[in-house]
Amino acid sequence: MTNSMAEIENNDVLFIIGSNTKENHPIVALKMIKAKRKGAKIIIADPRRVPMVRFADIWLQHKPGTDVALLNGMMHVIVKEGLIKKDFISSMTEGFDDEFRKNIDEYTPDAVSKITGVPAELIVKAARLYAGSDKAGIYYTMGITQHAHGTENVFSVANLALLTGNLGKESAGVNPLRGQNNVQGATDMGCISNSYPGYQRVTIPAIREKFEALWKVKLSEKEGLTATEMLPAAEKGVIKALYIMGENPVISDPDVAHTTKALKALDFLVVQDIFMTETAELADVVLPASSFAEKVGTFTNTERRVQRVRRAVNSPGSAMKDSLIIMELSKRMGYEMSYHHTVEIFREIGQAWPAMAGMSYARLEDGGLQWPCPTHDHPGTQFLFKGGFPRGKGRFSLVKYKQSVELTDKDYPFILTTGRQLFQYHTGSMTRRVKPINAVSPEAYVEINPEDAKRLAIVDGKQVKVSSRRGSIMVKARVSKWPNAGVIFIPFHFKEAAANVLTSSTSLDPLSKIPSFKVSAVRIEKA
Amino acid sequence: MANLTINGKRIIVPDGITILDAARRNDIYIPTLCDDPRLEPHGGCRLCLIQVKGMPRPVTACTTPVTEGMEIETTNEQIERQRRTIVELLLSDHPNDCMICDKAGDCTLQELAYFYDIRSNRFAGERRQYTKKDLNPFIERDMEKCILCGKCVRVCDEIQGLGAIDVAGRGFTAKVSPAFEKDLNCEFCGQCVSICPTGALMGKQSVGKGRQKDVKEVETVCTYCGCGCNVTLHVSRNEVVRVTSRPDTINEGWLCVKGRFGYSFINSPDRLTTPLIKKDGKFVPASWDEALDLIAEKLSAIKEKHGPDAIGGLSSARCTNEENYLFQKFIRAGIGTNNVDHCARY
Repeated sequence: MTNSMAEIENNDVLFIIGSNTKENHPIVALKMIKAKRKGAKIIIADPRRVPMVRFADIWLQHKPGTDVALLNGMMHVIVKEGLIKKDFISSMTEGFDDEFRKNIDEYTPDAVSKITGVPAELIVKAARLYAGSDKAGIYYTMGITQHAHGTENVFSVANLALLTGNLGKESAGVNPLRGQNNVQGATDMGCISNSYPGYQRVTIPAIREKFEALWKVKLSEKEGLTATEMLPAAEKGVIKALYIMGENPVISDPDVAHTTKALKALDFLVVQDIFMTETAELADVVLPASSFAEKVGTFTNTERRVQRVRRAVNSPGSAMKDSLIIMELSKRMGYEMSYHHTVEIFREIGQAWPAMAGMSYARLEDGGLQWPCPTHDHPGTQFLFKGGFPRGKGRFSLVKYKQSVELTDKDYPFILTTGRQLFQYHTGSMTRRVKPINAVSPEAYVEINPEDAKRLAIVDGKQVKVSSRRGSIMVKARVSKWPNAGVIFIPFHFKEAAANVLTSSTSLDPLSKIPSFKVSAVRIEKA
Repeated sequence: MANLTINGKRIIVPDGITILDAARRNDIYIPTLCDDPRLEPHGGCRLCLIQVKGMPRPVTACTTPVTEGMEIETTNEQIERQRRTIVELLLSDHPNDCMICDKAGDCTLQELAYFYDIRSNRFAGERRQYTKKDLNPFIERDMEKCILCGKCVRVCDEIQGLGAIDVAGRGFTAKVSPAFEKDLNCEFCGQCVSICPTGALMGKQSVGKGRQKDVKEVETVCTYCGCGCNVTLHVSRNEVVRVTSRPDTINEGWLCVKGRFGYSFINSPDRLTTPLIKKDGKFVPASWDEALDLIAEKLSAIKEKHGPDAIGGLSSARCTNEENYLFQKFIRAGIGTNNVDHCARY
């Protein structure tokens, strides 16, 4: 998030696109509801009637995968009606040129309406509402990113914010809501194939030398493979061994059959987890790890806030702290990493990445700190890009609407979109072991519009078969007005009817390599 | 800013805040059962009645805004007599079972009874009697213990935006209820449980697992989504028995169903407790030395034969920063490849 969670309640306009906030970020949603009570207007763009729609002033129910068209359409209205922030654009940005305008020019509300299925007047209304506020926040999640053109979706979101100057100030910004407790931190810490901690590129020699000095070892000059590339590489025999800590790709990654095949093709698989997950079942060695309640350290939340994690209970049996396991393993591999306490690791993080250099466990004790926090007297950063952008000027990116890679056809006429629901979490390895949660949310379902259900004689609560070009699952029908006709939704938490049997592992975003979970062509039929 | 005096003490507070808020900011105690600073002023329980000079009768501190020059008395004989009577009336319709109530020691009503030294009750008579029945798996509702402060109703509406419950009936038959007196079927965030001043609303999983005085409280961060809600784990005998959150946190004390009630996986019998090595397709328990030596040997051999880029590591968004830092350092510096990633795309 460029802003902080506490700033949400002072937004005048909230534009929520591709985020089922009430179910997936419940506490952020409460702040949005608070804003609404204080008089804010809410625009929601989502193919499903998500619970937040109840609080929306405008709901744009666009077809999955047409976000770029929708956003360009809004920008078309904003440019045409002269609602752009000229001062901001000329002083803070670059790339708002004739070519960019010409591209936007093509996306008239009527043309966009045809692509997205959203009435033209709603697009105009939403554009005016968003551009009319100088305290407008955009909130998005995987509905924007999990597409074969996810990066372009994000560029479009950024364009909209730049066009209206809604960036770099309090209660106005671009706010991706991170979906997992420490997904921000894992990325910050360099668990990504192209960067060391702090987004410092592995291919830049000066940076590599810095880390070689810090870690006292020669480092690889080559970018690594992303998770979505490692599995195909395993299948091809390029990757021979994988060490997986606290992940369950068999259920979470696209195309279960492909994931399983790739993991089975490995010479050696190590899985470190707290439960015998579907992925651990395939391992050669399984290591028992510790849950969040059993360890000391820090998590970084969606607003870049680094907060202390404290030990409450002992781990069961001989389960070990993940950090100790890694250290033991590294020692045995001939690279000694010796720390007596996690605080020493935290200090080294500060040496590796200036944005966390000003943090210490003592300073985090009460409420945490938001990065960047470069010095010990720095208060942390509530919102980003105050007075400028790291690259100098904010850049407009010319983005054209592209159809999704996977299109519906005669055999697979429905668009499947996957996601989470309120009660379960991710692959369910934790929540499905919580009895009361499993009591209210015991099984998978497919949401289907009443119109489609009627046409296919599908009855609420009865099993149906959903098939894609990858495979089929049997799942219970939930006839619901949440999705529009032609769109179905399946939560991916349930291994018995794993939505990811249906999704594609090959239609990835070319830049970010994210799978297009939000658009798969499927067929649905009575079982 | 407004200048006022409370019990003869001169204080300066921002305009527009309530008398109760002004008193709280200056560590002056005014009892209340129905107020929460995070909710709209309500004025239901009447315990916060105070005397303002120039006003003919006591007013509720929680709904009266401060004005310049106000002179306030938060306690005198008449006020205390009124408060005592209110508590006595509430207790006359309350099961006298603090001995077996899970909330004992953490109950505002019990505190007030103690404060006013209420042993016998002048108003003893008929009590509301309800059979406890609510088939939901999260929240135990004991309507006999409900004092109708309305906090649960208001938090559900004002904060959660849901309105799953309201007060049904009037007078003696009034009770908090879901629509048509059905079982609770809501988002089960448990904000109502967290805000209930008595034992009327309890987390079902926590009942019988230890009262507040017996638990150790540990402040940490939730393990589910990226909001980073601050949670307090209540631990008894090496088991997390309850999760709460403090109001002075980024999440203002509010949690969702997973954060508040999704904790029992920690103590699940399914937890892995020993390293396992697969032999002939079956997992066999092993010692740490056996398992780690085997991994080091296999990885070293693969690195030797195919180079470091034949090895990859997938880290976890569930783990801490420190663990993630170590993991990528191990893959990069220990193994020698940049094949490291985690689950950010899923």
